Amino acid sequence: MLSIENVGILFRLANERVDSLKDYAIKLVRRELRYHEFWALKDISFQVKKGERLGILGLNGAGKSTLLKIIAGVLKPTEGKVVRNGSIVPLLELGAGFDAQYTGAENIYLYGAMLGYPKEFLKEKYDEIVEFSELGDFINVPLKNYSSGMKARLGFSIATIVEPEILILDEVLSVGDAKFKKKSEKKIKDMFEKGITVLFVSHSIGQVRSLCDRAVILEKGRLIAQGDVETVSTLYEEAIKNDN
Amino acid sequence: MKSFIENFKKYRFLLLELTKKDVKLKYRNSILGFVWTLLEPLLTMIVLTIVFGTIMEKKTPHFSVYILTGRLLYTFFSGGTKLALKSIRRNAGMIRKVYVPKYMYPLAAVMSSFITFLLSLVVLVLVAGAQGMKPTRHLLGVFLPLITLFIMTVAIGLLLSVLDVFFRDLEYLWNVATMLIMYMSAIFYPAENLLDSKYGVLIRYNPLYSVIANFRHAIYGQPSELFYTVYPIVFSLAVLTVGVYIFYKKQDRFVLYI
Repeated sequence: MLSIENVGILFRLANERVDSLKDYAIKLVRRELRYHEFWALKDISFQVKKGERLGILGLNGAGKSTLLKIIAGVLKPTEGKVVRNGSIVPLLELGAGFDAQYTGAENIYLYGAMLGYPKEFLKEKYDEIVEFSELGDFINVPLKNYSSGMKARLGFSIATIVEPEILILDEVLSVGDAKFKKKSEKKIKDMFEKGITVLFVSHSIGQVRSLCDRAVILEKGRLIAQGDVETVSTLYEEAIKNDN
Repeated sequence: MKSFIENFKKYRFLLLELTKKDVKLKYRNSILGFVWTLLEPLLTMIVLTIVFGTIMEKKTPHFSVYILTGRLLYTFFSGGTKLALKSIRRNAGMIRKVYVPKYMYPLAAVMSSFITFLLSLVVLVLVAGAQGMKPTRHLLGVFLPLITLFIMTVAIGLLLSVLDVFFRDLEYLWNVATMLIMYMSAIFYPAENLLDSKYGVLIRYNPLYSVIANFRHAIYGQPSELFYTVYPIVFSLAVLTVGVYIFYKKQDRFVLYI
């Protein structure tokens, strides 16, 4: 279903930021162009089978988000490859493609197009999206007048209109007010029950234990453990304890 | 190549949406809206015709049409390349979070400028009509220059959009460059004056001028010139090849710089 093979990504940071042609030319002539390189991820390999729910554990800066971005296709790995079978929906940063001057209705088509959904499909699902988002008449108001909760509701409603085969979740979503939160959690649970593959990133061992059946631990860009969720989360707890 | 076409098919709706967005937002919230697209070239034309028509000794026939054709084509070129130049950084928020083919952004920028440009051609029709110019069979010659100009703008826009990711001062350099190109495109003076001088190469090998020249020929009912047809096509395809090559080579690094 999803196979990560020897993935590594090299970030190159300039010691001083050179982002103008003028600086670049001066530094080039003076031979002052120096870079600091580091592997944000290195030698990552694991497989996720269909219907499996994988938790990705790790401290801040371990490379969890970078890994998710590689799987979602936003970042390209420097080495190794990611093999995916099936449609993928990343529920990361909902509504990243929204335009503030556009109305909610227009944004449904814009954001939908960005996620790669065809026009006919969006037309067909339009009412369903509006209804789920509970925006009512606000759907014809420019997005700049929305509250952040309303934006998140719209983003969630559009992104989850398809039933993906692979779902990527960064922390548990807390979208909108208590009522909508319940509704969105239910929708995700429904997806879970249909047996889709899930990648779930979290700091919280509790959430990973209750949602996932397998887990991996990332530390400083390396994969240090993988296996069933009980073993791995116990290992993670011990690692944190030892650190303190 | 095959996967490129499949990918394009999947995201063609996005290209349409991005183009539509630029055009729509341009005309929304502005009272004059579409009228402004017509008014702006018309006002500039009037001023330029009065100023340069008066100080120039040799008279060009239908001087206002001469100016308008040059200005409309130049405005599309400079506007389209400038919008494309900024397109990757302007859409940084999306590029960092959602995967879409990245060339969509500069391409949509040029496409929306092209639509505005086509709308503004209404002014040309009105002014040429008012001047008593009649369409001839040579009018069919407008299409090739327009297609060439579109490809040229996409090609240069693509190249600029990549460079702008890495060099932030490019925007200002390009503003200066487009201004110099404007002076070398014979927009508000008769081209012959300069073509016959020792600086003639400045105009002759300016691909934008080639396109303008053939476009004018078509409007004035004259046959197009072979050199002005072939040269800009060769130029545009060459730049497009370089642009696409560099774009594909660098696009995976965009997300690290924007």
